[in-house]
Amino acid sequence: MKKLSVRRRHPLAAVVVLLLALAATGGLYAAFAPAGKAQADETSQSLTIKEGKKLYEVGCASCHGTGGQGSSDGPSLVGVGAAAVDFQVGTGRMPAATSQGAQVPRKKNIYSQAQIDQLAAYVASLGAGPSVPTKQQYGPAGADIAKGGELFRTNCAQCHNFTGKGGALTKGKFAPDLEGVAPKHIYEAMQTGPQNMPSFPDTTLSEKNKKDIIAYLNAVNGDKTENPGGLELGGLGPVSEGLFGWIFGLGTLIVVAVWVAARTAKAKKS
Amino acid sequence: MSSQDIPEENLPAEQDHAHGAVGIADEENPFADPGLPPHEHRIQDIDERAAKRSERVVALLFTVSMLATIGFIVAYLAIPNDKQIFVFPIGHISAMNFALGLTLGVALFCIGAGAVHWARTLMSDEEVADDRHAIEAPSDVRAKVHADFRQGAKESALGRRKLIRNTMFGALALVPLSGVMLLGGLGPAPGTKLRHTIWAKGKRLVNMNTNQPLRPEDVAVGSLTFAKPDGLEEHSEEFQTEIAKAALMIVRLQPGNIKDKRELEWSHEGIVAYSKICTHVGCPISLYEQQTHHVLCPCHQSTFDLSDGARVIFGPAGHALPQLRIGVDSEGYLQALGDFEEPVGPAFWERG
Repeated sequence: MKKLSVRRRHPLAAVVVLLLALAATGGLYAAFAPAGKAQADETSQSLTIKEGKKLYEVGCASCHGTGGQGSSDGPSLVGVGAAAVDFQVGTGRMPAATSQGAQVPRKKNIYSQAQIDQLAAYVASLGAGPSVPTKQQYGPAGADIAKGGELFRTNCAQCHNFTGKGGALTKGKFAPDLEGVAPKHIYEAMQTGPQNMPSFPDTTLSEKNKKDIIAYLNAVNGDKTENPGGLELGGLGPVSEGLFGWIFGLGTLIVVAVWVAARTAKAKKS
Repeated sequence: MSSQDIPEENLPAEQDHAHGAVGIADEENPFADPGLPPHEHRIQDIDERAAKRSERVVALLFTVSMLATIGFIVAYLAIPNDKQIFVFPIGHISAMNFALGLTLGVALFCIGAGAVHWARTLMSDEEVADDRHAIEAPSDVRAKVHADFRQGAKESALGRRKLIRNTMFGALALVPLSGVMLLGGLGPAPGTKLRHTIWAKGKRLVNMNTNQPLRPEDVAVGSLTFAKPDGLEEHSEEFQTEIAKAALMIVRLQPGNIKDKRELEWSHEGIVAYSKICTHVGCPISLYEQQTHHVLCPCHQSTFDLSDGARVIFGPAGHALPQLRIGVDSEGYLQALGDFEEPVGPAFWERG
């Protein structure tokens, strides 16, 4: 005690006291008030977000900005939600090539599902948005296929064609073929409206409606789909069928007619 | 058939010379008619055995056709219509469709092929020159026709018995009127029906998917929703007639993105309601691109800009899509504030 009192007028005494006071306050704070929060910081959720942020900075930030605020090369990701990330990255659309054409096409996905989940968690942490649907939401259990067909023709068929074979839009844009697209991604596309597709939020197209639509697509495009007509020529409708009929059907008839007329039936003395 | 099969003695020693009217080309007439080329015989004309063979081929084709038709009938009766089979380049296919198409195709093809083979090998193929005759009838025939006509006119007494003549003219003139009257069945004229839809002030906008009235908060920016007027039920008698004019497409834009002043005024917080019927020939138009705010018609590629009063930016459509003025009612549901201001759908003569 005496030693301390001797040095109490030392020039650095005030600094030492201040440091001690700060340390005590910090220590007390850490010990009591924020105990719960400090623990939560170390949960897997925040780790996932942290990992996602790392992936984001490598793969996405150059276009979407370091904090997801967007730039001239890519839109803001604040509020797009985990479902949008899972769709865009899961179908390989993101990351996009630097010079894309009219629209970003589906391609091979370069991230693992775990990495996509981390990215999704990070983007979801930027602002609330639709979350990734569960198997129960998009699975076939309890779906009404006929109702799904009706809903598909009302809401989707104008662009994606009657059985989801896709179709052309303006200036090189197109509605893609839905055959072979994972049910989860179809669900997410309806929910988030990727690129030029309008969204169909739960408030106007309910969860049950979406499930019905997915079941319908599975019924008309699935492995077990029966196609009594055989050769479907892309399933694009009367244009491709007419083209086939005119070129190959009529073409064959013309070739046969020319062949019949070109051969002579005359006998020539040898 | 090789040349050894043809009996040499039956072949003409020399091909026939040109026949028909033949002129000789000389200095005065360098383009004289050379006549028809000499007729060449077919094997079947010379060799009876070849002719018999051709006959058998034709008969075989016709017989195959008969068998294929019988096959068609058997396939129709015997194959269950839900049976699927795999056929190589075509893939999985209905067995009955495939069998019916194949047998009918063979039956028709063999009739055609048999007829062609018959005509080419067995029917006469002699070239015949048939000279044109004068178009004018000979003078004696003309004199006879004129005399007959005058005689008939005199005997009918049409010029003398005026009552008959006049009543006949009257009857012939009136008969077509019945046809004219039947045209009335095409009417009545549409009147003002093309100018009005079932939309009226206070009618709520009902979501086609859920059959529930829409609230503004249901409609997200970038979403696309189809609506019908409240009270129009899908199974009611007038549904198709009315929805054909009243179908509505609802999108929400950021109010700042709306360029047209009237569109903004008629929207509710950026929610705009446009007719779903293309103004070109009335196709349902709803290929909405949410980033460009363009709507594309699938029939003739007319494109409308929903952020600028739905004006036509491409294609054959002549008018902007009509906008429905909307607001919210006291319970917070979206409602129409009146009918469309202009007629929906394609233009018509009296549209103005």
